[in-house]
Amino acid sequence: MLRIENLEKQYKTGDHALKNVNLVVPKGQVMALIGPSGAGKSTLIRCVNRLVEPTSGRIFLGDLELAHLGSTELRRARTRMGMIFQEYALVERLSVMENVLSGRLGYVGFWRSFFRKFPQSDIDEAFNLLERVGLEHMADKRADELSGGQRQRVGICRALIQNPDLLLVDEPTASLDPKTSRQIMRLICELCDERQLAAIINIHDVLLAQMFARRIVGLQLGSIVYDGPPENLNPEVLTQIYGEEDWEATIEKVKEEDEELDTAALLNIAKVSPPS
Amino acid sequence: MPVREIADKKVWQRRTTRAQFGTWFGWLLGVAIFVYCWRLISDKTIWFFVADAPKQAADMAQRMVPPKWSYMEVLWAPVWDTVNIATLGTMIAIVIAVPVAFCAARNTTPSVHFVRPVALFIIVSSRSINSLIWALMLVTLIGPGVLAGVIAIGLRSIGFCAKLLYEAIEEIDQSQVEAVIATGAARSQQLSFGIVPQIMPAFAGISVFRWDINIRESTVLGLVGAGGIGLQLDASISTLAWTQVSLILLVILATVIVSEWVSAHIRHAII
Repeated sequence: MLRIENLEKQYKTGDHALKNVNLVVPKGQVMALIGPSGAGKSTLIRCVNRLVEPTSGRIFLGDLELAHLGSTELRRARTRMGMIFQEYALVERLSVMENVLSGRLGYVGFWRSFFRKFPQSDIDEAFNLLERVGLEHMADKRADELSGGQRQRVGICRALIQNPDLLLVDEPTASLDPKTSRQIMRLICELCDERQLAAIINIHDVLLAQMFARRIVGLQLGSIVYDGPPENLNPEVLTQIYGEEDWEATIEKVKEEDEELDTAALLNIAKVSPPS
Repeated sequence: MPVREIADKKVWQRRTTRAQFGTWFGWLLGVAIFVYCWRLISDKTIWFFVADAPKQAADMAQRMVPPKWSYMEVLWAPVWDTVNIATLGTMIAIVIAVPVAFCAARNTTPSVHFVRPVALFIIVSSRSINSLIWALMLVTLIGPGVLAGVIAIGLRSIGFCAKLLYEAIEEIDQSQVEAVIATGAARSQQLSFGIVPQIMPAFAGISVFRWDINIRESTVLGLVGAGGIGLQLDASISTLAWTQVSLILLVILATVIVSEWVSAHIRHAII
């Protein structure tokens, strides 16, 4: 689904954020991108939808090469890539419904969007998604009245209503508490599963990454230093990604939580409950 | 360094000794200039007149009371004109200021090197000329009357509104705009979904604030013949009709109080 070839990014300040990155994400795969702050995780996913312009290299979404698209084609390509942000990035003064519908902006003309005359099919889909994430009663609320977890759910709806092929997720849990973080991660993974979406999830929390992703890619100073399943993350690998530290505790904890999670799955409490 | 070591102890001071002397010298210089200027002004003042001022003021106040209330019949129309000058002028200013502000804001301007300097020049030139001077020029151009006042107020307000608005645009949260860009929205949609909602409170506040200022400014425009209550004020002063002057001042005061009240309530309702 997504193929990145020899991607380089050098900022004007001279920071060499990405060095010869090669990466393939097949359809339906949820991939976690881990690494310390400043490793280039954000830059990498922002290069894919060109919120950051790559310096060189090629990026394919299906057969479409993204790195050299003109502005109109780029807009069309962006509708195929949903993005979820760290601080939710909802338009605070718009209602929940308007925020969700803004995911359809690439599909409707200016005047229709200006007068908020979205097609009924879009509105139906918005209500479906809000119901799926448990926020159907919040449609008329203004975005700034919501809690962090609720806002991130709206962010997820906004990304999904684009009907994307690929999800770019930038630190979805960085400003959430541990419980909400897991709920959000679980929700994202379930939705990707349901819709066979490929996803790149930037995350600095190794535990969460191991719990939810089937593939982990470790980025260090702009280069990929690990690419494999979560089970193979051992102290040596983590040291290579993050530097010297006692990693045993981290790995032990994940194994315990995996067992807990299996029990949880048996009890079928995976359905997300709205936060208090 | 403000930290020194004296007998094994670290001593911290706010400033180094040199900076301390510098600050002290700065204050000395300031006081010296103030005293010098005071003397210059004092030398050029005719103190006889100043000493006489309380007596003159009492005399004028005496001639001002009681206000000539019957003159109010003549004043209603000019008061209405004054409010209209302010309101229409503000509307014209807003209509022009919005596009200028978007052209001047670094994050929305179509071109940093060509369009932005032009927009900034419009803002500066509008702001640097007082509305009374705009009115003076417009009265000679299009003749005396309300129209000159409306345009004068409008021209002066463009810069004010555009400057505050473009600063508001530059201070928006860019991540909200990025999120809208990432959905594949066109530029016009990025503006209407990502930027406009964020600047609406600032926009409303600026407009009402400027309207409030314009009510006050339009009361004096008549002094140069640009319509409004200032026309009557000028006429009354030059005919030494002090009881009329006092009534006009009271009316201006009342108008300004009402406009303050209205704008405070509107602002409160919007934000």
